[in-house]
Amino acid sequence: MTTPTTPPETPGTPAPILEVRGVQKIYQGKQRNVEAVRDLTFSIAAGEMTCIVGPSGAGKTTLLKCVAGLLDTTAGEIVLEGERVTGPPRGMAVVFQEYGRSLFPWLTVRQNVELPLKEKNLPKADRESLVDEALAAVGLADVHGAHPWQLSGGMQQRVAIARAVAYEPHVLLMDEPFAAVDAQTRGELEDLVRALWKRLGVTVLFVTHDIDEAVYLGQRVIVLSMSPTVVLADVAVDLPEQRDQLHTRSLPRFAELRAKVYELIQQSKRGVRPGSGDEHEQPGTAVAADTQSGSM
Amino acid sequence: MSVGSVARRTMLTVGLPVVLVTAWWFATANSTNFFWPPLREILEAFADTWFSNRIMADVVPSLVRLLVGYVLALVLGIGLGVAIGSSRTLRGVVEPVLEFFRAIPPPVLVPILILFAGIGNEMKVLVIVSGCLWPVLLNTVEGVRGLDEVLRDTARCYGLGRRSQLTHLVLRGASPQIAVGARQALSIGIILMVISEMFAASNGVGFTIIQFQRTFAIPEMWSGIILLGLIGITLAFLFRLVESRALAWYRGLRMTQRGEG
Repeated sequence: MTTPTTPPETPGTPAPILEVRGVQKIYQGKQRNVEAVRDLTFSIAAGEMTCIVGPSGAGKTTLLKCVAGLLDTTAGEIVLEGERVTGPPRGMAVVFQEYGRSLFPWLTVRQNVELPLKEKNLPKADRESLVDEALAAVGLADVHGAHPWQLSGGMQQRVAIARAVAYEPHVLLMDEPFAAVDAQTRGELEDLVRALWKRLGVTVLFVTHDIDEAVYLGQRVIVLSMSPTVVLADVAVDLPEQRDQLHTRSLPRFAELRAKVYELIQQSKRGVRPGSGDEHEQPGTAVAADTQSGSM
Repeated sequence: MSVGSVARRTMLTVGLPVVLVTAWWFATANSTNFFWPPLREILEAFADTWFSNRIMADVVPSLVRLLVGYVLALVLGIGLGVAIGSSRTLRGVVEPVLEFFRAIPPPVLVPILILFAGIGNEMKVLVIVSGCLWPVLLNTVEGVRGLDEVLRDTARCYGLGRRSQLTHLVLRGASPQIAVGARQALSIGIILMVISEMFAASNGVGFTIIQFQRTFAIPEMWSGIILLGLIGITLAFLFRLVESRALAWYRGLRMTQRGEG
């Protein structure tokens, strides 16, 4: 129960840990129903770092809330570790964009990280060591007693990450976690996420609207269409595993991938949808090609 | 420097009361008006009247009734408020009725409550509850309704059960708003404590003041009014002490938000 899951050391064909099958979400309104997500299908292998990117209004947050079990799907299903998600699953932790609103302001940093562990009924000694490790891992070993609002935005998000890490999830969901922090802090936090992912072997699903961030972080970038959302393309990121802000971002391959995803996002904004003869003016061929290359 | 600033602050706090008391003292020093006796006489009466068995016979019963009524109102108000605030359906059904009950001035309930509950302690406690309940209840409803969605989602994601959500999320999150209601309720409670004793009673501060007034013991009557003021200040001070402890996080949060904004 408390053992951290390390994915099997077989890089060949790892079994999917998370499957999203034909998910549709329609918000029932008083006047009209809004179809936010139409048909999403993808699966994520254990230990994978996947970024989901889409223009604003692409139903990213809706998708993430469905995966997190916070929203019911209208159709389709989400399966985590072989079990259908009907409520927030135990093996999942979420880091929200609004760090200032997702930490309990009446608890100290330490208490914030510890609270979910208390709920898991972990013995005190285990809790202590998990909290200590998690806070040290995010570089906050010396602010245990502070309240979240006494910290800078970047540090608050570190606390939220520490809370997620201490929870020992199998899947870590991150909903535009760095959208509200400044650029320098953002770079540091991106590296922190990469480092934690490698060390813990956790599966990460990272939602963002930032193309550079998606390419820099992910092994794979799933590009979403505009709402009602479908998967527009699935791009494999074949950058070296060892990444750092300076060198990775100046690689020619990084620029290519960035350009590719950028182009996909532009298409998405213009309303291009994959597959069939599009009613839009944009040629659908480019999309098909990208989708193909993504599956390589 | 800091000693000076403490002295300054003390001056500011104590200054006006001292001026007012001094003014009262000298303005009435040679008063021969029966209803407006010299302050010296009032203070003498204060010592004679209240530093006696009246503390046990009148002051303590009043305070106990106030305390029981206030605590009952807090428990009821927070309990119902959490339930109503958590359920949209319940809120829709109950809220107009609540507004109606809140609009009724509690003193008019005294004659009715006498019919049901007699003229004993029960009636007085009920009067206090009937007035203190509403600010606590309505503020709790608002506080619970205003809980941050992201925080709720967070609590659900991290598997917090119903009980922990209640203690760690709902009650703590609504506590600043609950405190607002509790503070209003406290001053209403003191008023109702006195009023409930003025209608029908055999002891209590309110009863004693009315007795003095009816027997033309004017300095004693004034001393009772001063006593009520002192009780009010003391309770407000105690309330603020508890609040500043419990809501220290909220003050800090507000200050940082203002600093940024």
